[in-house]
Amino acid sequence: MLQTLAFSVFSCVLIASALMVIAARNPVHSVLFLILAFFNAAGLFILLGAEFLALILVIVYVGAVAVLFLFVVMMLDIDFTELRQGFLQYLPIGSVIGLVLMVELIVVLGAWAIAPGAEGQRAALAAPPAEISNTEALGRILYTDYVYLFQLAGLVLLLAMVGAIVLTLRQRTGVRRQNVDEQVARHPAEAVTLRDVKPGQGA
Amino acid sequence: MENLVQDLAVLMPELVLAGSILVLMMYGAFRGDRSTMEISALAVLAILIAGVIVVFQPGTGGLAFHGLVRIDAFTDFMKVLVLAGAALSILMSARFLREERIERFEFPLLVLFATLGMSLMIVANDLISLYVALELQSLALYVLAAFHRDSARSSEAGLKYFVLGSLSSGLLLYGGSLVYGFTGATEFGGIAAVLASDGASIGLIIGLVFMMAGLVFKVSAVPFHMWTPDVYEGSPTPVTAFFAAAPKLAAMALLLRVLLEAFPAVTTQWQQVIIFVSIASMALGAFAAIGQTNIKRLMAYSSIANVGHMLVGLAPGTAKGVEGVLIYLAIYLAMTVGTFVCILAMRRPEGRVESINDLSGLARTQPLLALSLLILMFSLAGIPPLAGFFGKFYVYMAAVEAGLWPLAIIGILTTVVGAYYYIRIVLIIYNGEPAGAFEQPMPSELRLILAGTAAFNVFFVVLASSIIPAAGLAARALVN
Repeated sequence: MLQTLAFSVFSCVLIASALMVIAARNPVHSVLFLILAFFNAAGLFILLGAEFLALILVIVYVGAVAVLFLFVVMMLDIDFTELRQGFLQYLPIGSVIGLVLMVELIVVLGAWAIAPGAEGQRAALAAPPAEISNTEALGRILYTDYVYLFQLAGLVLLLAMVGAIVLTLRQRTGVRRQNVDEQVARHPAEAVTLRDVKPGQGA
Repeated sequence: MENLVQDLAVLMPELVLAGSILVLMMYGAFRGDRSTMEISALAVLAILIAGVIVVFQPGTGGLAFHGLVRIDAFTDFMKVLVLAGAALSILMSARFLREERIERFEFPLLVLFATLGMSLMIVANDLISLYVALELQSLALYVLAAFHRDSARSSEAGLKYFVLGSLSSGLLLYGGSLVYGFTGATEFGGIAAVLASDGASIGLIIGLVFMMAGLVFKVSAVPFHMWTPDVYEGSPTPVTAFFAAAPKLAAMALLLRVLLEAFPAVTTQWQQVIIFVSIASMALGAFAAIGQTNIKRLMAYSSIANVGHMLVGLAPGTAKGVEGVLIYLAIYLAMTVGTFVCILAMRRPEGRVESINDLSGLARTQPLLALSLLILMFSLAGIPPLAGFFGKFYVYMAAVEAGLWPLAIIGILTTVVGAYYYIRIVLIIYNGEPAGAFEQPMPSELRLILAGTAAFNVFFVVLASSIIPAAGLAARALVN
């Protein structure tokens, strides 16, 4: 009962916020609705028992991708009303193409056939052991059988960082940088002088 | 745990490379760009150590990391060639970077990254490890192509290479996913076993063709060669030398490994593709190079043609053919590196020149450089008794033995066409009006490499007794 309720709430909010992503006039609102959609999709994943996927969705898509979108949308100052001009003009051809795609999809799905042996193969798969969670199972494989690939992926990321720095970092001249060594090595005798200023003569 | 230690011992050369990357990166980060020369020297040293380990710890055909990696005589042979190409490229680059004022310590590190990627490509025995290693290598190469970031041509080369290279990686991935979907295995041995028992379906053939398209892009054979001339011309010259020498060898090793280890059961299917690609590359390489005026562009077309000739040896899918390809690769490395040393030497007080006409009358101003270039050009043209002739000889012999004599005949015809433009360069050098001397003397490391490669091309007949058995052993490790 509770599960059905949660499912309804998550999916309704998901669909509504997904609609708002394309309907909102303000692009910043679109991105915020996108984040809401991601959270609800994560909720659906948790209902399915895929808790690892749900957390990854939140961490990667909400934490990194959506925030990146937000930055881009805020910094790029695109005039979206101008982009939407001619929307009505392209509506007929757009809907024709959409219709064709939909008919094709219906034809493909209508002719969907399941291979005769597939059901048997599915049943033959060993059921996942109950005491091991998704995250644990993935971790066990990733850090044992595939540790080689895991390390290699780490090297690829390091290389990407080095490459980005090589191609874009420029040392600017004329920038005052903090030099801790120099600051520590300063002696009070050179840095501070005491002047005896007579009353009424200080300028 | 014991397993892991054994597995790591198998990958010792790669561990040396990876460890030296990390250590040298820290050293460079603290010392700054003035340490480029030292880091270059240390990078060469690391590659040499890795090479020594490869030679003295020969692979026995064992698998490691749950079948992701395979070490045998074939991987040893290819690794030695690739490491040699990488070390020579770093040696050639150090002075160039200083002269062009693009001396940054990341350069040798990026070459090391690419070398590590290539080494891992060669040992890959699984679709996933193949892809990750390929990306490691490709990413480093994209950055290297754009390394001269203030030059528009270098940036253009990097961007073009990146866009087209990503596309080819996509094709490779798509093909790999189809192959996995239709066989249920990602390990090469597993794929071969499924194919041998169940036969090939249409979907698998489509996947195979997509994978081949991705790999053929990496060896820059027709019809996936379009990036080569632009990237070769735009990249800094030592980078071009590196591109022509090492990554091409690694990609070729990967192509051999995938086709002969994972798909021996469908040889008739991939053979058609290889024959087409081979003929198209040989023809385009021979005819398109005739009109070139820039020597780096000319070398790009020359490398396309050379890849076409190498594929003649792959087409039969026999051990003899693979042996021919391996001998060809070793010779190609020597010819290419030597020629690029000559291109690096084309430096006038007002700057670098890259036009073929700038070589005019070189024989009168720098007879030794002219003689070396003559040897290299004749070798590239395939004139006996220089090394280039033997490279072509062995692949054609293998093709003829397998009954593919039309392919061998087309190869010989295109060689004759190719000889025209190589010999034209020699004529310009010896008969042209002197166009002014290049800066002398050449740096000592360039002289040494040039002398070495020229000597290799002349005395290949003597060296053959040690190279050919090694190539044969490597070929039999792959095809049995």
